[in-house]
Amino acid sequence: MSFPWANEYTPTHPFMQWLDAKLPLPRFVYNAVGAGYPVPRNLNYFWNFGVLAGFCLVIQIVTGVILAMHYAANSDIAFASVEHIMRDVNWGWMMRYAHANGASAFFVVVYIHIFRGFFYGSYKAPREMIWLLGVVIFLLMMATAFMGYVLPWGQMSFWGAQVITGLFSAIPIVGNALHTWLLGGFAPDNAALNRFFSLHFLLPFVIVGLVILHIWALHIPGSSNPTGVEVKSESDTVPFHPYYTAKDGFGLGVFLVLYCALVFFFPNYLGHPDNYIPANPMQTPAHIVPEWYFWPFYAILRAFTQNFLFIPAKLMGVLAMFSAILMWFFLPWLDRSPVRSARYRPMYKWFLWVLVVDVVVLGYCGGSPAEEPFVMISQIAAIYYFLHFLVILPIVSSLERPEPLPFSITESVLGRDEQAALGVPA
Amino acid sequence: MIRIFAILAGLFFAAGLAWSFLLGASSYISEPPAKTAVEEYHQHPKELQLASDGAFGRFDNEQLQRGFQVYKEVCSNCHSLRYLAFRDLKDLGYNDDEVKAIAAQWSTKQPTFDPKTGDKGERPNVPADHFPLVYYAGQGTPPDLSLITKARHGGPAYVYSLLTGYQDQPAELLKRFPDAKVPEGLHYNPYFASLAIAMPPPLTADGQVSYGDGTKATRDQMAKDVAAFLVWTAEPSLEKRRQLGWAVLGFLIFATVLTYMAYQNVWAGKKGNH
Ligand code: HEC
Ligand code: HEM
Repeated sequence: MSFPWANEYTPTHPFMQWLDAKLPLPRFVYNAVGAGYPVPRNLNYFWNFGVLAGFCLVIQIVTGVILAMHYAANSDIAFASVEHIMRDVNWGWMMRYAHANGASAFFVVVYIHIFRGFFYGSYKAPREMIWLLGVVIFLLMMATAFMGYVLPWGQMSFWGAQVITGLFSAIPIVGNALHTWLLGGFAPDNAALNRFFSLHFLLPFVIVGLVILHIWALHIPGSSNPTGVEVKSESDTVPFHPYYTAKDGFGLGVFLVLYCALVFFFPNYLGHPDNYIPANPMQTPAHIVPEWYFWPFYAILRAFTQNFLFIPAKLMGVLAMFSAILMWFFLPWLDRSPVRSARYRPMYKWFLWVLVVDVVVLGYCGGSPAEEPFVMISQIAAIYYFLHFLVILPIVSSLERPEPLPFSITESVLGRDEQAALGVPA
Repeated sequence: MIRIFAILAGLFFAAGLAWSFLLGASSYISEPPAKTAVEEYHQHPKELQLASDGAFGRFDNEQLQRGFQVYKEVCSNCHSLRYLAFRDLKDLGYNDDEVKAIAAQWSTKQPTFDPKTGDKGERPNVPADHFPLVYYAGQGTPPDLSLITKARHGGPAYVYSLLTGYQDQPAELLKRFPDAKVPEGLHYNPYFASLAIAMPPPLTADGQVSYGDGTKATRDQMAKDVAAFLVWTAEPSLEKRRQLGWAVLGFLIFATVLTYMAYQNVWAGKKGNH
């Protein structure tokens, strides 16, 4: 890619010159996250979250590999092996809390990252591929987190696995056979635990591969920015290093303070007490709830309580839950507004804020027992969720009259007069 | 084309939801769900303050030793503590000889099996042994207590409330919910999820244990002490975790201030969004 004014990598040390000629890895890094990548000068803190997501992935892999050295994927001793990590392994408690809360931190960061995409229209051309890869990453993250939660083999592990894998049995005709095949049995057991462990170890590395593609795809058009106006000239950009390495460094510091406060002072706050009870297939917990980051989707699943047009309620719920994310793949083509940033989209902006509230409400209902009034509230909230993406978005973009955009990033930063004084063409 | 499909799909899901909503709402209005005895009488745990609470909390070893004594003399008849070893008691301030003596005198022995003869037997506990499993012939299954304060909402406050919460089933409850009468062999306890618990009241009288440190062993005191002890069993590294946490946070806040200054320095004179 890149803009013609991007700095060129010019190694001075003979070793670096030699390396550059044989394997230009430093050049690659320089162009990806160094001074060779020109980035809009007006990025706000929302643009910190991609790097933070990458950092979370590293935390998860490092702590996860260490945990795997002490964990035993056997349904008889899995729970005890986790307690062994907590009590007997040096720093084991820290690794486990860092990993469990790392998953939550990762989802917080990625939800903000995705919101950035919704708000600033980052999913639109020419960045569709970045978006599509992002949605795949998100789906894999969810699969990974779900399987990871099963590993300690507590009550919620077991019953969560039971409920979620049970969804496959809603598929007509092949459902039951598929369910048994996926689990290696009729209910979650040692066979399921072992394959979940294997996949939970594998998938993060698949995510690493996809993140590389995600960033590669990002470097073709370059980063978007809060105005949504594309880069036009050199004065619109600054080199990634040192400008954004410095800003990302500060963002990372703030993130680590919050994350470590969670790990060291409230490590069980986001978890469910039932998962400190060993799995017991004979005793169903009073309320089966997944981890908080699944709650909005769990609410959608449970919102379908009645058969509809001869489709069983359970199948409707499963279809809706998967569609709730899969439909994001079509977003670049559903939103036809030429304006990216919601700053200049008076109608879309409000619908988007309603969506944010809506998802929070769905999440609250998903974490509550499947009783009234939560079921009715989640039904209304789920209606808005689907209408927002599938009906409102395509229609609003043709009705709304966007506000005037700044001519360029430079103009939006400096204002018209100062820009003229600098001799930048207006 | 894709937008038309999307709008149809959106209306399909919305209609399915609206249908569920309408049927659900109409049955909710026509037959509002009746309150159950549990909804009406279940109580949240009482307040309990322990030395280990809060970000600066430290374990009170005297209290933990008293709590251990209650566990040993009362609870261990029915409940195991399988994730702890006798040697872990050194954290509470017992020395090596004391731990050895506690292990050797523990009433439940370690099971043994001789592979040459097939004989099953017993041997006394040693400090490296985990607390032995306990078999209970009565009604219900006493859970292992190692993790109990992490495994229940309310943690130690719940344990404390449960132990001190036994009472007669209110007459008013029986009048309103005759079906909710506590079955034979169970005991009414408003802090227990189903209100009827299989555990017979374990702490029945003041002075049930006699504390060596002169603390009066009231039922309330014993319940508090054992709850405090069970906070420790659930997470012996709790204190260490918080101490390290303060060091980590102190360092990170300092480092973050530096990164902020570096960030402002790099951007000085450059207009952007900082
Ligand atoms: C005579 C045997 C016996 C003794 C002694 C006993 N328990 Fe229990 N305990 C039980 C049984 C049985 C249950 C299971 C109750 C049920 O599930 O209905 C139980 C359950 C519990 C529970 C779990 C309640 C829940 O939420 O599931 C706690 C906590 C508990 N006991 C604490 C203690 C403590 C602390 C002591 C000592 C002060 C103690 N028990 C002494 C028999 C006993
Ligand atoms: C493992 C998880 C992820 C990692 C490590 C990651 C990493 C990154 C990084 C480093 C950037 C560039 C910095 C930035 O603009 O914030 C980026 C950009 C982007 N990401 Fe992600 N990402 C992840 C998940 C996702 C997901 C789940 C989505 C959407 C569903 C997504 C959508 C995007 C988009 C659209 C951009 C370009 C934004 C722009 O320049 O305006 N990403 N990502």
